[in-house]
Amino acid sequence: MASVTIRELKKAYGTTQVMHGVDLDINDGEFVVFVGPSGCGKSTLLRMIAGLEEITDGTVAIGDSVVNDVAPSKRGVAMVFQTYALYPHMTVYKNMSFGLKQAKTPADEIDRRVKAAAEVLQITDYLSRSPRNLSGGQRQRVAIGRAIVRDPEVFLFDEPLSNLDAGLRVQTRLEIARLHERLGSTMIYVTHDQVEAMTLADKIVVLRDGRVEQVGSPIHLYEQPDNTFVAQFIGSPKMNFFEGSDIVGNASTDITGIRPEHLRETDAANAMVSGKLELIEQLGEYALVHLTTSSGAEFIAKMEHPPSVGKGDTLHFNASQQLIHKFDKQSGQRRT
Amino acid sequence: MAHAQRPSQLFRNLSAKIAAIPMIFTALVVFVGGTLWTITYSFTGSKLLPKKIFEWFDLFSIPVPSWIAKDGALDFSIPVGFVEKSFVGLKQYDRLWGENRWLISIENLFIYGICSLIFSLLIGFILAALLDQKIRFENTFRTILLYPFALSFIVTGLVWQWLLNPEFGVQSVIRDLGWSGFTFDPLYNAEIVIFGILFAGLWQGTGFIMCLMLAGLRGIDEDIWKAARVDGIPMWKTYIFIVIPMMRPVFITTLVIIAAGIVKVYDLVVAQTSGGPGIASEVPAKYVYDKMFQAQNLGQGFAASTMMLLSVMIVLIPWAYLEFGGKKKNG
Amino acid sequence: MVDIALSGPRGPKPRKRFSRRNIFIYGTLIVVALYYLLPLYVMIITSVKGMPEIRLGNVFAPPVEITFEPWVKAWSEACTGLNCEGLSRGFWNSVRILIPSVIVSIAIASVNGYALANWRFKGADVFFTILIFGAFVPYQVMLYPIVILLREVGLYGSLTGLIIVHTIFGMPILTLLFRNYFTSIPEELFKAARVDGAGFWGIYFRIMLPMSLPIFVVAMILQVTGIWNDFLFGVVYTKPEYYPMTVQLNNIVNSVQGVKEYNVNMAATILTGLVPLVVYFISGKLFVRGIAAGAVKG
Repeated sequence: MASVTIRELKKAYGTTQVMHGVDLDINDGEFVVFVGPSGCGKSTLLRMIAGLEEITDGTVAIGDSVVNDVAPSKRGVAMVFQTYALYPHMTVYKNMSFGLKQAKTPADEIDRRVKAAAEVLQITDYLSRSPRNLSGGQRQRVAIGRAIVRDPEVFLFDEPLSNLDAGLRVQTRLEIARLHERLGSTMIYVTHDQVEAMTLADKIVVLRDGRVEQVGSPIHLYEQPDNTFVAQFIGSPKMNFFEGSDIVGNASTDITGIRPEHLRETDAANAMVSGKLELIEQLGEYALVHLTTSSGAEFIAKMEHPPSVGKGDTLHFNASQQLIHKFDKQSGQRRT
Repeated sequence: MAHAQRPSQLFRNLSAKIAAIPMIFTALVVFVGGTLWTITYSFTGSKLLPKKIFEWFDLFSIPVPSWIAKDGALDFSIPVGFVEKSFVGLKQYDRLWGENRWLISIENLFIYGICSLIFSLLIGFILAALLDQKIRFENTFRTILLYPFALSFIVTGLVWQWLLNPEFGVQSVIRDLGWSGFTFDPLYNAEIVIFGILFAGLWQGTGFIMCLMLAGLRGIDEDIWKAARVDGIPMWKTYIFIVIPMMRPVFITTLVIIAAGIVKVYDLVVAQTSGGPGIASEVPAKYVYDKMFQAQNLGQGFAASTMMLLSVMIVLIPWAYLEFGGKKKNG
Repeated sequence: MVDIALSGPRGPKPRKRFSRRNIFIYGTLIVVALYYLLPLYVMIITSVKGMPEIRLGNVFAPPVEITFEPWVKAWSEACTGLNCEGLSRGFWNSVRILIPSVIVSIAIASVNGYALANWRFKGADVFFTILIFGAFVPYQVMLYPIVILLREVGLYGSLTGLIIVHTIFGMPILTLLFRNYFTSIPEELFKAARVDGAGFWGIYFRIMLPMSLPIFVVAMILQVTGIWNDFLFGVVYTKPEYYPMTVQLNNIVNSVQGVKEYNVNMAATILTGLVPLVVYFISGKLFVRGIAAGAVKG
């Protein structure tokens, strides 16, 4: 088990710079999630930690040693891929033992480790099968199993759930969380899904265009987003932004952000913000109400009971002061 | 944290680089080097001494005496038998284009090339379209149409030589049927001999073109056909105005493949007619071979092969520009 | 005119078996197929007729009396010049050329393709582009420089020299074939193997090779037919005693000495065409895939 320390990490393909100097500390045993929109560099960052992508500048250290020029297999990492990347011509057992064989581990040791991992993941029955005869969920377990047998210091997950259907995704997410609890290893997990990030992470790293936007615990990012990007990326539906005179008490240089779940319906006299009803999405447990302000800006309110008014009618909302976020309009940075 | 020492750029992916050495050697030494060498020496008066003499010397392991080289000195740093003469400018090309045999070769290549392009594309496409009609026994038909492609040009040439034999072949069979005046002896008639070769060439190669076309047709979205039928467009119009334009890349690639193949035509002629009757069915590739290895007139061989290269480049460069130059602009 | 059947379920519509359209399609295809088969038919029947019968009848007439003597003669007695050993020597020469050429060319090209697809290094694309362009350059341009290269290393006229030549000229198309195939294998598999600790050769032998057997078969088909059918390189780069079967066949049939024995000639021709034909009929769809992959993707 080990910590991961990243300093001034840069990556360029030819003249195109894709990572602009990333600094990051990942503690021993921590579950860290890299999250961000596609193309933000999260997978590149993960692959640089794995050693699959050359480092243009800066350092990656696992434990106490810089691993920039260490081969992937010697870094003490194991990786689970989005497409599982199981070797199609090998049985499950061979898939899981391939890495240990490369490292010339004794056969009885390999056998013991593969069987133990299979036990944990409940895939003992499939060990002699070929990957093509397994379901998506089973393949995912094998891929995780292949990582476990290597007994790595750091687990790397590259969007491991995105090829699974919705039901299986939730189930596997829980299993990964349980696995982390059980093994206590450092885990780095890449996803574009903020729900996965929120539920799994000890620490979330939000990336955009090859830069770290914010690092923190899920709840910290939700409550104290550093900037408009993080504010909108974390939380679903995303945070409403109001500018100008759309909202009471907004300086012209500011953006006011309020999450849909924090808007409370009120009367015209107490209203901070008002809008015309456009559309109601009834989700049973709650309703998402889509509105537009007088200046035409759209916003969403999450309401327990859908309002009993018709399309085009005006609704009024306010929110408690500590749930209101203020950002600088120019830079997008949070005002303290 | 100390910055770890980086291995030099040269040794990164060392195994891959070592593995690529044969490719690099082939690309640089043989393809580029060889081509440049031939072009360079096409401007010299290079000649080769008769092969027989050298074989005789080889046989008894006697060093070749210098008096055999007519120029007086035979440089042993260059391969035995090869006599380098001084730079003669475009003289070889002058001679080449003044030589009747070369002119006939070019004319033949031209006729053969144009006809072969048109007919193999046309027949190939029609056959592919017929096979694409969800017919039964598609595999059987395809197997039959493609099998000649597995045969060598030598075999092809010899079979057609036999079929077109005026004494026993097609001509005699039709005469026996009653048309006693029927004449069809392309291999013995200088005027039409190249069409006899074309017959054989088409028989051998059309199946291949058909397969390329069929692959192209299969690559077209099934929904296009449905859309065209919903719009009430007749089948032939769909082919001409929708399918063929959509298959443009396949056509272009096929065209380049046929064109590059045509310039190389050699074995077929050797087997079928040996360039005869007289020199009526000579082709450039045969001219090159004969000049280099039979007539020991290397300079002529180099000049002729350089002309062949030039003709391929005329086809290839615009194609490469369209195919790759365009792509780069699009990102 | 809207076709009602379009809104129905997918699949071929029930059609009249003898519609005009079908008669046209099948009629054309059958006529064309017969035309394509005709030379094969003529080859076979000519090869089993006696010479007197050939002189009397026409090429299409079925044999009255079947004899296999022409085959025996073609195999073991036919003459090229003064040498009367038949085609058998050419056959064994071709086998001796074929086997190492196929193995060496595929081994080298597959590793090349693998290096290009998975281990991209600076300059690799430049060499590859040159290689592909080289595939279109007429062989005639490179014939003589290769003669010189081979002479320099003392391999001109030897079987080894010819094997090298086949390897060189097979390289563009095979490298392309393998590169394209390896590129189509998900990159994550390659990365997983690297994390598992396999190196350049480990990944090639343990992961890529076992996964790519079909493409190796395709390459083999391509090379076996191509090398067996070669004439030009055989005649340029080998001595008469090593001439491959095609060269020997041509020398037998087009030899000017003696009386033409058409039946022996045709038997010899079939014998020479037999190896690629067998490969073709056995491999079926893979053959088509090979030539299409080699060509269209270029």
